[in-house]
Amino acid sequence: MSLLNVDQLAIRYGGDAAVGGISFAVGRGESVGLVGESGSGKSQTALAIMGLLPGNAAVTGSIRFDGNELLGMSQRELNRVRARRIAMVFQDPMQALNPFVSVGAQLSRILLEHGLADGAAARQQVIDMLGRVELPDPERQFSAYPHELSGGMRQRAMIASALLAGPDLLIADEPTTALDVTVQAQVLDMLEDIREDTALLLITHDLGVVANRCERMIVLERGKLVEEGATAEVFARPQHEHTKALLAAAPRLDREDIPAAVDGDEVFSIRGAEVTYRTERHAPLRAVRGVDLDVRAGETVAVVGESGSGKSSLVRAALGLVPMQGGRVVYCGNELPPQLGSRDRETRRGIQLVFQDPMGSLNPQMRVSSIVAEPLVVHEPGLSAQQREQRVTAMLEKTGLGAEFLRRYPHELSGGQAQRVAIARALILEPKVLVCDEAVAALDGTVRQQVLALLRDVQDETGLAIVFITHDLAVVRAISHRVVVMYLGDVVEAAGNEELFSSPQHPYTRTLLDAVPVPDPTASRESARA
Amino acid sequence: MSRSIKVSAGILAFVLLVALLGPLISPHDYLQTDFDAILQQPSASNWFGKDDLGRDLFVRVMHGVQVTMLVAVVASIVSLVIGVAYGATAGYVGGRTDAVMMRFVDTLYALPFIFFVILLMVAFERNFLLIFVAIGAINWLDMARIVRGQTLSLREREFVEAAKLTGVSPARIVFRHIAPNLLGIVIVYMTLTIPQAILVESFLSFLGLGIQEPQTSLGRLVHAGVNQMEGASWLLLIPAALLALILLCFNFLGDALRDYFDAKESL
Repeated sequence: MSLLNVDQLAIRYGGDAAVGGISFAVGRGESVGLVGESGSGKSQTALAIMGLLPGNAAVTGSIRFDGNELLGMSQRELNRVRARRIAMVFQDPMQALNPFVSVGAQLSRILLEHGLADGAAARQQVIDMLGRVELPDPERQFSAYPHELSGGMRQRAMIASALLAGPDLLIADEPTTALDVTVQAQVLDMLEDIREDTALLLITHDLGVVANRCERMIVLERGKLVEEGATAEVFARPQHEHTKALLAAAPRLDREDIPAAVDGDEVFSIRGAEVTYRTERHAPLRAVRGVDLDVRAGETVAVVGESGSGKSSLVRAALGLVPMQGGRVVYCGNELPPQLGSRDRETRRGIQLVFQDPMGSLNPQMRVSSIVAEPLVVHEPGLSAQQREQRVTAMLEKTGLGAEFLRRYPHELSGGQAQRVAIARALILEPKVLVCDEAVAALDGTVRQQVLALLRDVQDETGLAIVFITHDLAVVRAISHRVVVMYLGDVVEAAGNEELFSSPQHPYTRTLLDAVPVPDPTASRESARA
Repeated sequence: MSRSIKVSAGILAFVLLVALLGPLISPHDYLQTDFDAILQQPSASNWFGKDDLGRDLFVRVMHGVQVTMLVAVVASIVSLVIGVAYGATAGYVGGRTDAVMMRFVDTLYALPFIFFVILLMVAFERNFLLIFVAIGAINWLDMARIVRGQTLSLREREFVEAAKLTGVSPARIVFRHIAPNLLGIVIVYMTLTIPQAILVESFLSFLGLGIQEPQTSLGRLVHAGVNQMEGASWLLLIPAALLALILLCFNFLGDALRDYFDAKESL
């Protein structure tokens, strides 16, 4: 008898099936990866097991935990199971922790609520647990508030709270998606070390995470279970088309088609950029410390770094969106004034930006046709409405969207389609420089591949210079000619793509490279041995 | 769309329709007196009975609903125009301009406005226009604050940044990008401003400062009803109940619309 038996679980919202009859089991002490793209129903499944689905969800099937049926259990009975027998770690620890209660008090409450310990004993147990999740100075973290911890520390505290009552099953829903890659590796290793005989159901879109840590894996596609098996087996011999597509789209560093260096004219360069943020309450923050960057026509330069490295500040300052305290920006041989408002029309036309969040960068009240046409309205007012529409249709077609999208509103688009619209808007004026700020970070694996391919095609065709800001080294590997690695506002290493990945010079670059989860169970075992 | 939107909008539409068509179809006139039938009880020919001058109460109540709604809607539009223009400007320009403009609003908030309106009414010739302006002048303050807050957050959104970067002019940004996204909250706030305006109008009329005879409004009718409360209670109960119903429907509608737009926003 397995610990958890899910049988024919189906979840419907009105007429839409979020999960359409899936069955799987998790044995005691086993670690199982639940993998799928967004909309595959993996999080819904987790919420159903926890009894946390919203009231308008219609759930059928059966979820048996240790022989007891969880579906239809009263909240009181569920509360005896949750935390004590099944615990959950959410994606965003800042949302999951109460900002007004100290970490220690929140964690102690779990022990007090379930009558597992009281007073000083509870305190001691919590401090021990905070130590086990490798939080430095657990005594001090006990009385710290969530905002005083970094993202990685918060997620460690969440894991501590989940494991505190010694549950039989831990459900982790994208536990490291919000974390930097180096922190992700540390947190996952720690989780593996301390979970002991607690079974783990690890939900993720990142095949690299599963390859490294799960014995078995389950692949979901649009609410259906499409493949299940031992992780090594699935990676080596995927049966279902969707699994193959996922594996093909998984970010990997070991690829052959590395972009070679190009020799175009220098179109955009930044010299000695300085960005300092001043606030009334805090000491000034020097986010960018004298950074140089240049891009040639037809070249992609990736700016890599973790959160707080200053990579976004650097380009936002260069574009004139935030004030720059020092340094120069040169476009096509002319030095640009620092304020966006005083830059001439040709410059504004020639440098375009694609944002991380495709939805946020499209006006929800405008149709796709007007969104893509707006730059034309501003820069080529002579065009007739008909000519404009032709240009827009042609541009959308180039990004892979048919004429049926013209009349749609942004909320009628998927994430990948919305990002294509944003790219179409940026490219319709035929700019010389395109800045992509984490432009594929919010997209699923297969869609990400398509968008990167689109950018490469456009570049081959038009000789566009691209500055690509990202934290994802697999993306860097796939698209960039040259790489600039930033750490705490400084450039620590700048090199060609091949050079950087084969012989990283700076220790930080090496740490970054080692932390990348590789979607290959054999490879990651070897690297663990090495 | 939730059920409360449909139900309250349905009731309001029905009341308005009857108020507009009723006086046209009815054989009675709201000014026509009949001293032989003073304070006549409700009957088949006079559904709501007659008032102290023998005028048909049904037609008078429907006329009152027309006047009250007209005052409320026009006053709300006045407050909408001033509030949105003021709030959007303060929010979009930001910085010192924003600070000065909003402190001015704070100062106006501190004045006892009802008292101010009463003074205005006493000092000037009482007419329709003055009532609209006076009520609109009270209500635009809230609208300005709400619109400003919304504009402040819209200004930071990436689609506005994208437009700025391309060189879209500030005026075009305000009209094409900011204003349409304010629409939801403005509609919601309108449905909550209308009942406020109705209340102020009724209050002024009840004090005898608002609508003047022979014109009438719901507040005016309630006032007249109070004088006949002991002998002819329907003269008070009917207009008062209708006033309460209209206020309730607007408040339900506003709340439900707010939930509707909030849910849409968070998608």
